[in-house]
Amino acid sequence: MTELKDLTTLCSPNWCPGCGNFTIWAAFKNACVKKGWDNTNSVLVAGIGCHGHIINFTKITSFEGLHGRAIPVATGIKIANHRLNVFVFTGDGDCLSEGGNHFVHSARRNHDLTIILHDNAIYGLTTGQTTPTSPHRFKSKSTPQGNPDWPISPLTLAIASGATFVARVYAGNIPQMTDIMIRANEHKGLSIVDILQPCVTFNKEYTHAYFQENTYYLDEKHDATNKAEAFKKSLEWGPKQIALGVFYQEDKPCYESQIPQLSEKPLIENPPVKRNLEELFKKYF
Amino acid sequence: MVNQNIFTLKIGGQAGQGIKSAGLMLAKVATRSGYYTYTYTEYPSLIRGGHNVMQINVSSEEVTAPSKKTDFLIALNQQTINLHSGELIAGSGVLFDSEKSFDIAKVEKGVNLYPVPLSKFANSAGGGELLSNTVALGAATAILDGNLSMLKNLINEEFANKDPKVATMNQQAAEAGFNFAQENFAENFKKTLTPIENNIPKMVVNGNDAVALGAIAAGLQFAAIYPMSPISNILHVLASYQEKYGYVYKQPEDEISAINMAIGASFAGVRSMTATSGGGFCLMTEAYGLSGMTETPIVIVLGMRPGPATGFPTWSEQGDLRFVLHAHQGDFPRIVLAPGDAKEAFDLTMQAFNLADKYQTPVVLLIDKNICEDDQSFPVFNISSYETSRGKFSSQNLPDYKRFSLEDSGISMRTIPGTGNFFVANSDEHDEQGLSNEEAANRNSQMKKRMNKLTTCTKEDMKSPQLFGPPDADITIVSWGNNKGSILQAMKQYNNVNFLHITWLNPFPAEAIKNILTKAKHIIDVECNFSGQMAGLIREKTGIEITDKLLKYDGRPIFPEEIAEKINSTIK
Repeated sequence: MTELKDLTTLCSPNWCPGCGNFTIWAAFKNACVKKGWDNTNSVLVAGIGCHGHIINFTKITSFEGLHGRAIPVATGIKIANHRLNVFVFTGDGDCLSEGGNHFVHSARRNHDLTIILHDNAIYGLTTGQTTPTSPHRFKSKSTPQGNPDWPISPLTLAIASGATFVARVYAGNIPQMTDIMIRANEHKGLSIVDILQPCVTFNKEYTHAYFQENTYYLDEKHDATNKAEAFKKSLEWGPKQIALGVFYQEDKPCYESQIPQLSEKPLIENPPVKRNLEELFKKYF
Repeated sequence: MVNQNIFTLKIGGQAGQGIKSAGLMLAKVATRSGYYTYTYTEYPSLIRGGHNVMQINVSSEEVTAPSKKTDFLIALNQQTINLHSGELIAGSGVLFDSEKSFDIAKVEKGVNLYPVPLSKFANSAGGGELLSNTVALGAATAILDGNLSMLKNLINEEFANKDPKVATMNQQAAEAGFNFAQENFAENFKKTLTPIENNIPKMVVNGNDAVALGAIAAGLQFAAIYPMSPISNILHVLASYQEKYGYVYKQPEDEISAINMAIGASFAGVRSMTATSGGGFCLMTEAYGLSGMTETPIVIVLGMRPGPATGFPTWSEQGDLRFVLHAHQGDFPRIVLAPGDAKEAFDLTMQAFNLADKYQTPVVLLIDKNICEDDQSFPVFNISSYETSRGKFSSQNLPDYKRFSLEDSGISMRTIPGTGNFFVANSDEHDEQGLSNEEAANRNSQMKKRMNKLTTCTKEDMKSPQLFGPPDADITIVSWGNNKGSILQAMKQYNNVNFLHITWLNPFPAEAIKNILTKAKHIIDVECNFSGQMAGLIREKTGIEITDKLLKYDGRPIFPEEIAEKINSTIK
C-alpha cells in the first residue's frame, strides 16, 4: 500500500506559490496512492525545466535527464524492463521544442509510456521566453514585439504522429488529472496527457481565470475512437473552445509487445552472461 | 623491398558490380587454403556508379596491412585499368573482360594479360552481367592454382538464405571462368592459392564484425545505433542475431536518441551500447557527460572517418582522439580505448562492457575506419579467459540505500528501478541519494568521488602499452590504432626499430610511456591526422616532445612502404 507520506522526500518544493506544478504533483501522488505505484513497480523520467524538479519531491526512483531528452531515456528503460510503469514528466519547451523529434517518433513507435506534459506556454526556469505553445502575438522576453510564430497543438501533433492515447486536462482540476493519469498509464501504448498549467510568474495570458472561463469537458457524445473527429477537436482553441478530456484512444500493438525477445520476460531478467559464439564464428571461416 | 612474401590481388569495378563480396570470397578461398589475408577497400560514398576497389593481400606468413603495389589485377571495368595499371610491375598480371574491348595500352609490357569473356559466361550462367565478378573469381582461382570446389562451397554458403537458383547460377559462372582459364592459360601464373596441408583454421573478420561479436559475447542486452559510415555494419550484425541471442537492437530517430535510449536501458539494469562516427558523436556529446554525471554505464563505439563536417565519409582518419578526450562541458571520468586491429577490437569491446559496469561511467572505443572495414584473417577468437563482471551491483532492496555514497574508489553500489530502492539518477549535481544539491561541500565531495574512479582504474585495470621489437632499438616508433599493422609489417626488415603501440588513451599510461620514450634514441610519431594528436597527448602527459612525425590525413592508410621510407630516411 502506497500512502501519501511515503511519496515525499526531504526536499521541499521550490516552485512559485500558485504554480500549476503543485496540483499536477498532488494529482500524480493521488494516482500513486490509488494504484499502488511505488519503487517496486514504477519509475519517473523528467526533462529540464520547472516541471523537472518534481523528481526531487517525489520519492519514486527517477532519472532526470537532459533538456528535451526525457523520452529516449524512458524508451530505453521501458525496453529494458517493460514491467515498470514509466512516467515521463516534460514541459512544452522541453518536449515540443528541444525534444520535438523524440516526441514525434515515440508516438510513431507507440512505446508503452505515459507522457505528462506540463504545458504552461512559457519557459519558466529561464525566466520567461516564448515556447512552441505560446500564442501568436504573445509578448515575452524573447518576443518583445509580439510572437511572430504560431503555436503548435501538442494534441494534433500527437494524433498525427500515431500516439494511441491523447488527452488534455487542466491543472486546476486535481481529481480529473488523477483519473486521466491512471487511464493513460493503463492504456497499452504511447499516452500523452497535455496539462494546461498556469505560470503565475511569467505567463499573464494563460491564467487560472482564463482556463476556467474557456475550457469545457468533452461529453459522451465525443467518440474518442474517431481519429478525424479527435484531430478536429485538437485544433480548436480560443474563447470557450478549449476541450478537456480524452480526445483519442486507439487499440494498437505497442512497440514492446511486438518484440519476440521481450515476449517471455523483461530483458533485465536475463542478466548478462558470456555467450558462446562457436556457431556464429563459423560464418567467418 | 617491403611485402616480399605477400601477394597482392586487386579487384575493381563500378559500385554495384559486387566488388566487395567477390573480394571477400577470394580472401576466404585464400584463408581456407591455409594462407593469411588482409583486405583493404576503397569506395566513394555512393551506392552505384562510383569506382570500387578491393585489395586482398595473401601470404603464408601473417599479413597485417594493405600494400601499395599490385601483383594481380582483376578489372571489371575500364576505369580499374586506367586507375590501377600503374601499380602493376613486370611479372604481374591483369585479368579483364575480353568481351568489352578494354583499352589496355596503359598496361606496361611484361605484365601478363589474362583476357576472359567474363560477361559472356555470366550471361550464359543465367544471371546477366552481374555475375561477371563470379566468373572472374573462378578464372582467378584457376590462374593462381586455387581449388574450385572450395570456391563452389563458399558460393553455396554465401547464398544459403536465397533462392537455390542463385547459388547454382553463381557456381556455374565460377566454373565457367575456372575451366576457361585452365584451358587457355595452361601455365599457372603463380601458385599463390595452392592449398597448404594441415593449416590452422582462421576467421576472416573486420572491426565492425569484431565489435558486434565482442558485444554479443560480453552479454549485450540493448543497443541503439543510428546508421552512419563506417559503423553501420555493427548494427547490421547486431540486428541479425538479436532474436537468437535474446538482446534488443533498436533503430532510433537520431544519435541523440541513440545514446539517451542506451543510457535509459542501462539505468534500468541492462548492458547497453551505441555506436557512431564523429558527426554522430557530436550529437551525442551532451549525453556522454550525462552518463558520467548519472554514473550510468555505457559503451560507445566511435568509428573514425576524416572530418570536419561530412568530411570524407568512406575514408579513414585518426582525427577524433582529442575530441573524445575533451568532448562535453566540465570534468567527468571517461575511459577511452583504441584497438589496433579487429582482434584487439573484439577483446577491448568485451572489456569495455566490464569496465563500464565496474566504473559506472562511459567507455569509448575509438576505432579507425580502416579497422572497421578491413577484413583480416585471425586464428579463432578465444573467449575462454573472459567473464562478465557487473561490478558493484545489487538487485536487492538495500537498507538506508545511497546510490552515490562517498567511496574512496569512487564507485558506489549500483541498483536499478523496480527493486524498492529509492534514488535519483540526476543530471543536476546531487547528493548521495541523487537529489539535486547545490551546496559547495557536497559538490566538492561528489566531484572528487566521480573523478576518483580514474585513479582506481589507473591502479586496477589500465594496461601499459605494448612495445614490439628490441628494447634498445635505434628508432622508436610511437603510434596507435590501425597504423599498428603497417608498422609491424615494415619492421620485419629491420632489427634496430621498435614500436610502442598505445591502446589506453584515458586514463593514460603516462609513466610507462615516459619510461620507454626517455630511453629512446630517436622517436618517430606516426599518425593519421593533421596535428599529431597523440604526440600532443604524450607531450601533455609526459613532457616529452616528439619532433619527428609521419602524419597523413588524405583518408588513405599509412602503407608499410611509407613506414619503411621514413625509417630509411631517418637512418641515412
